[in-house]
Amino acid sequence: MTTLLEVSGVSVTFDGFRAINNLSIAIGEPELRAVIGPNGAGKTTFMDIVTGKTRPDEGRVIWGERSVDLLKLSESDIAKIGIGRKFQKPTVFEEQTVRDNLAMALKNRRGPLSVLTWKATTRDKARILELAEEIGLADRLERRAGDLSHGQKQWLEIGMLLAQDPRLLLVDEPAAGMTPSEREHTTDLLKRAAKTRAVMVIEHDMEFIRRLGCRVTVLHEGAVLAEGSLDHVTKNQQVIDVYLGR
Amino acid sequence: MDIPRKTAARPRRRTLFQDNPSVLWFMGLLGLFTLGVTILSEGFGLGLISTNLVKILGMTLCLCLIAIAMDVVWGYCGILSLGHFAFFGLGGYMIGMWLMYARTEIVIRGSLGRGTIPPTELEVSEAVAAQIFGVVGSSELPAIWMFAHSLPAQLALVVLVPGLLALIFGWLAFRSRVTGVYLSILTQAMTLALSLYLFQNDTGLRGNNGLSGLQNIPGALDVPQSIISMWFFWASAFMLGAGYLLFAWVVSGKFGSVIRAIRDNEARVRFLGYNVEGYKLFIFTLTAVISGIAGALYYPQAGIINPAEIAPIASIYLAVWVAIGGRGRLYGAVIGAASVSLLSSWLTGGGAPNIDLGFYRIVWTDWWLVLLGLGFVLVTLFFPKGIGGLFDYLVRKQP
Ligand SMILES: Nc1ncnc2c1ncn2[C@@H]1O[C@H](COP(=O)(O)OP(=O)(O)O)[C@@H](O)[C@H]1O
Ligand SMILES: [Mg+2]
Repeated sequence: MTTLLEVSGVSVTFDGFRAINNLSIAIGEPELRAVIGPNGAGKTTFMDIVTGKTRPDEGRVIWGERSVDLLKLSESDIAKIGIGRKFQKPTVFEEQTVRDNLAMALKNRRGPLSVLTWKATTRDKARILELAEEIGLADRLERRAGDLSHGQKQWLEIGMLLAQDPRLLLVDEPAAGMTPSEREHTTDLLKRAAKTRAVMVIEHDMEFIRRLGCRVTVLHEGAVLAEGSLDHVTKNQQVIDVYLGR
Repeated sequence: MDIPRKTAARPRRRTLFQDNPSVLWFMGLLGLFTLGVTILSEGFGLGLISTNLVKILGMTLCLCLIAIAMDVVWGYCGILSLGHFAFFGLGGYMIGMWLMYARTEIVIRGSLGRGTIPPTELEVSEAVAAQIFGVVGSSELPAIWMFAHSLPAQLALVVLVPGLLALIFGWLAFRSRVTGVYLSILTQAMTLALSLYLFQNDTGLRGNNGLSGLQNIPGALDVPQSIISMWFFWASAFMLGAGYLLFAWVVSGKFGSVIRAIRDNEARVRFLGYNVEGYKLFIFTLTAVISGIAGALYYPQAGIINPAEIAPIASIYLAVWVAIGGRGRLYGAVIGAASVSLLSSWLTGGGAPNIDLGFYRIVWTDWWLVLLGLGFVLVTLFFPKGIGGLFDYLVRKQP
């Protein structure tokens, strides 16, 4: 396992409020990592920084074996370099079909002219079908994404994430609005994805985290409070005080 | 033997027409309309449609062309540009320069040629300049007219001037992530600035006089207008058809998917790795170029272009047409532009009878804008998808 993403000494202030406070986190490839912490701990903001949505006031975000400085790249370049993201609130393109949503995410050339002349190859079509089966939407490919249930939208977004074939998946609260069996399916999916890549999952559901069976990072007030196995961090008194004990 | 049934399972390759039956319908109707007008025209047919009406219909086709461009940039890509009539006007000016220069040159050569010594090229160009610019108190040909003698050069400028302006403006605006209402205001400002600039006498485009006599085509000065009007009508119909095909192709498939996604949630599209600004710039510039071409066909039929044509209100009307016709469907834009602009010229051109209520006389030239405003509000409130949306609803009801 080699280090894929290294965030060091990052701070962000919103109107005088320090949402991220000298945060340092690293993730290897392949690795599965869970990120937990109370509401407002800065988990989503951390993903915003890595994906270029929010620019930190200080700190470094370094990517890959060639040590690319992600803070210098645009959102779209960061996505192209191999970082995919699933948002906390599922954001799919509701007016378009499940197939179109997946086709847009497929790992293909992204320039206007290549997209203008793009025709789905047999491989693209097979990949879309494969993804749709994986996320349980194979019989809904031609449906409007807006007509899907909340849980299905979550899955469609996970499917779009996989379609991008990223090296790092940032997954923000994937299980919200899912039934227990859907949650189980989602953990399987993420575990499988993490065999070959880096996957970071934010989740509140302890049962979900336990099933992931991976290293856990606890965030609190914009910094790392504890890190280690789930058993290790749940025994930490500070973690119990700020997060678990409430 | 076990033969893999790969070929059988592969979905059939679908064409643009199979995916968009409305394109085929539109082409058919446009063809029929063109044929009908030709048969009824003075120039080539029964003479039931006056030359003046042919011109109005031809100009309406040009307005439909800029309307589908507006629909692509606004209805599909979500950029509410309130400046596309500036590009339309610029296209008109570029072709107008050649029309005016070349015609004046022919006239000048005719009168100078009567002397015993043939005129030099310098004398000709000075006389042309004096003739064109006398009205603004100048007799020198401005630098921007240096290609005006050449039709190919001015035709190239019809594409290049609106295209480059859109490219530069769009690059600056999109790069700074100006979106929504701020972008609309910026495009209005651009339009207003351009119009005010052209109103000045010393900008080289004859100030508020504009360019006139554009209905006279150099090289065809003795061809009657009944014939010339049909040439432009056909050219307008052809360009509308070609533009419709081009845009139908652009908005179908994955590119269409991406620009509609940009309209609905551009931040999300960025996280999929698409350079949103590049796409917006592409669409903004492409639609500006098509608008320029539409203008270059429109003004020879109108006969005159002046800076008032570029006034900000024109671009706002364009948005109203598209909204009434139905955003996000090309035929909606055509329906909106054709019905509203024809109704407008009927009501304001004195064609419609005024209504005497006894206590009050409804004079349509005064009340037309009220009617349009009311129509806009009603459509927005009750048919947010416009007339085109109503159309979709009816078609879907009878399979
Ligand atoms: N764009 C923003 N502007 C102002 N405050 C923000 C912004 N984004 C996040 N915050 C604040 O930063 C803190 C961390 O938020 P967030 O990262 O969403 O927490 P979490 O995802 O861990 O629940 C919260 O207090 C939130 O209100
Ligand atoms: Mg969050």
